[in-house]
Amino acid sequence: MIKICTSAFEPYKEIEAYQIQQKKSLAGKQGAANVFVGTMRDFNEGEEVKGMTLEHYPGMTEKQLQHVLAEAAEQWPLLDSLVIHRVGDVFPDDVLVLVAVWSAHRGAAFDACRFIMEALKSKVPFWKKEILKDGECRWVDKNTDGYVG
Amino acid sequence: MSIKVRYFASLKELIGQATDDCEFVSGMTVQDVWQKLLPEKSMPANILAAINMEYVSLDTLVKDADELAFFPPVTGG
Repeated sequence: MIKICTSAFEPYKEIEAYQIQQKKSLAGKQGAANVFVGTMRDFNEGEEVKGMTLEHYPGMTEKQLQHVLAEAAEQWPLLDSLVIHRVGDVFPDDVLVLVAVWSAHRGAAFDACRFIMEALKSKVPFWKKEILKDGECRWVDKNTDGYVG
Repeated sequence: MSIKVRYFASLKELIGQATDDCEFVSGMTVQDVWQKLLPEKSMPANILAAINMEYVSLDTLVKDADELAFFPPVTGG
């Protein structure tokens, strides 16, 4: 499932609620769940960051996320996956993204979760605009490669 | 006969508008649309484009009534 949130969300409550909702398809089959939670820092590129606006391309965001999840499901035997991404105005310690995957075995769960997160960061149309300590705003111009940085 | 054009993020600010319309001409590519609408602005080297919400290269032909979007590298997550 894919969800774009315009207000704060609690990732672990979302996972709990989703697992209850998906109980029939997961019960007895799930051997592994892997979860990634991305949170806003109060620093970036050597500067203090006091807030951020996350813009996205409604419609394309969901379409590209579906592609990413479909690609993951082709590569690994997944039982289910959940992606929630925040948009709008966010502040340090706000959760920005949740990726959770369920599978029978841990290898697929670990690898697919990582794959989905890295693909999201390079393909899904979200953009961050940071508000620095002095009030100045700047666009984040690129994401770092998670396998390198 | 027109193409709906959308700009996002820093590109939207650079251009000063979020949307535009471009008269459709047969044989037009994505790059041609940019040059027609923004002849005074050089296209950023790292620009990305999508037609109807799917990524395309700059030499892709556009069709009448397409939604064409231009945007900078994505930075979500």
